Amino acid sequence: MAVISHRRIWTMFVARNHEFFRDRAAFGWNFIFPFLIIIGFGIIFSEDSFHRYTVGVFPSTGKTIPGEHSIPPRFAEDPAIALVPVDTMATGLDKLRRHKIDLLLDGTSSPPRYWLNDASPAGAIAEKILVAATFDFSKVPLARERIDGAHIRYIDWFFPGIMAMNMMFSALWGVGYIVVRYRKNGALKRLKATPLSAFEYLSAQMISRIFLIMFTFVAVWVGTDLIFDFHMQGSIILFFGVFLLGGLSLCSIGLLLAARGISEEFTAGALNFITWPMMFLSEVWFSLERAPHWIQQLAWLFPLTHLLKAARKVMNEGANLVQIAPECLLMTATTLIFLTLAAWLFSWTD
Amino acid sequence: MVLIQVEHLQKWYHDIEAVVDVSLQVEQGSCFGLLGPNGAGKTTTMEIIEGIIEPTAGTILYKNQPRSKRFSEEIGIQFQHTSLLNFLSVRETLTSYANLYRRTVDSDWLIERCGLGPILSRRNNKLSGGQRQRLMLALALVNDPLLVFLDEPSTGLDPQSRRYLWSIIEDIKESGKTIIMTTHSMEEAENLCDTIAIMDKGLIIAEGSPENLIATHYSTNTITLPKKSITKRCAGLDLTMQTHGGKVIIKTDEVEKSLSSLISCGVDLSEMSVHSANLEDVFLHLTGRTLRD
Repeated sequence: MAVISHRRIWTMFVARNHEFFRDRAAFGWNFIFPFLIIIGFGIIFSEDSFHRYTVGVFPSTGKTIPGEHSIPPRFAEDPAIALVPVDTMATGLDKLRRHKIDLLLDGTSSPPRYWLNDASPAGAIAEKILVAATFDFSKVPLARERIDGAHIRYIDWFFPGIMAMNMMFSALWGVGYIVVRYRKNGALKRLKATPLSAFEYLSAQMISRIFLIMFTFVAVWVGTDLIFDFHMQGSIILFFGVFLLGGLSLCSIGLLLAARGISEEFTAGALNFITWPMMFLSEVWFSLERAPHWIQQLAWLFPLTHLLKAARKVMNEGANLVQIAPECLLMTATTLIFLTLAAWLFSWTD
Repeated sequence: MVLIQVEHLQKWYHDIEAVVDVSLQVEQGSCFGLLGPNGAGKTTTMEIIEGIIEPTAGTILYKNQPRSKRFSEEIGIQFQHTSLLNFLSVRETLTSYANLYRRTVDSDWLIERCGLGPILSRRNNKLSGGQRQRLMLALALVNDPLLVFLDEPSTGLDPQSRRYLWSIIEDIKESGKTIIMTTHSMEEAENLCDTIAIMDKGLIIAEGSPENLIATHYSTNTITLPKKSITKRCAGLDLTMQTHGGKVIIKTDEVEKSLSSLISCGVDLSEMSVHSANLEDVFLHLTGRTLRD
């Protein structure tokens, strides 16, 4: 068996890093993209705007809400309800049909007259809030309890998802696509003519990408934390470690995809085929708690799912290493399997 | 001493036979040239010897042994089509490649000899064709190899760059290194190669020194005269004459005898030119004049 040269791995690692940091466009985009996404979604889904049901009130001229006295105060003041002025009933009904508003309210009638779209679940909820607002709860035997501890903001739940998504794209495209491009333009062929082994080359690519991913991860984390002040329940080191392990797992998929072939188009298609389901089924954007069982099982196959589960357990629930051991073991196993397969299948030339 | 020995090499790509049956020997310290039209199998043969492509059949021995890991330490390759990392400078590229080998050549000497001094800090994607070829040659020499492979080293270069490259290759030869090269250029092959193998359709159809190839395969000389200088008295001469534009071309193995015949007919030889057979004549004679892809 050939001797592994650390000097050759280091040489390839440095060369790849030079390329990444000097390619201003790619370098900038790797930082700007997650910043923009986190800041953008942080604003869109802030406490003031998230999960509001939109209720149109007519007739209105301008921006004032009509019928201040005919709308039940408890309904108008409910934090889940956002009242928007609508000029006529016809306009309001049209907006209701197109799901632009969840409920339409006549601001001139008392008791309130309303319309809703039967196909809108949000409309059904808004209707229940309206009915409840007219109800006297003091006569109902209900006891409300509050949950203990600090609540998890959406941004705290969302942040690991965006970081993981960025990591996934960077790992898969930054490794998979680059290796195929080098094979196509003959750069790999030139390297094959040297004593560099496939294992050394792949290791250097993987280490370089992990270094760059984690560098980006820390920079974006620190930058966005200054803005949003994330609530970290668990260990920061463990959180970092989870992402490191997840990055390795995702990079190994990239290497496996790039093991053969010279078609950038095919590789782009294959990368999209893998990244898009992972993005939507690994709970980056929303929870799969209510999704069908088979979708949850499908999501279980993706390393991104386990990365996110572990990261959220640490960040949102304060989990320790033992509590995230299953996810860590799965990510380690996928890394080893995909990396072994990639090294076995790897070809320098077409 | 034989450095490279190739026996019955074959290479198939699905139903295309790129190399049919190639056997050759390369002596240590010599320059061996593979000459042939496009698609003859030169590059494929060379890349199989380099270890870049796996052969379908055949054996390759290096120093009378199957090639081992040591082989890649002792060879240097300049590919015809290849690429470098775009965002690295010439100096960084040289350093990176040098770090991949156990043994390296003196970098100052390499930079000076390949004329890379003025472009050391330039990035690879900003190099001209000639600069790029010189860098590629430098990379092939970075490990002080015993055996250097050059795949069409001067293709696409202007005359100045080509001459400069040839001078470097001559230096490599003089340092005792063995060279295997492919080329389209007859001038290049004639000037640089000690032994030439002419390939066509995946086979070596002739092999020898440039002088031997000419002597063996095409010793005919060409006498060219203006058409107006041929008199009616020449009609009875035992000479093969072809008219081409305003000129008459006479092919002959005996130049003196042919000239005597022309003088006896009163032909004006003041605008005559005599062309001895060269490698291109041999090449066209052996491979034909049909256009290749």
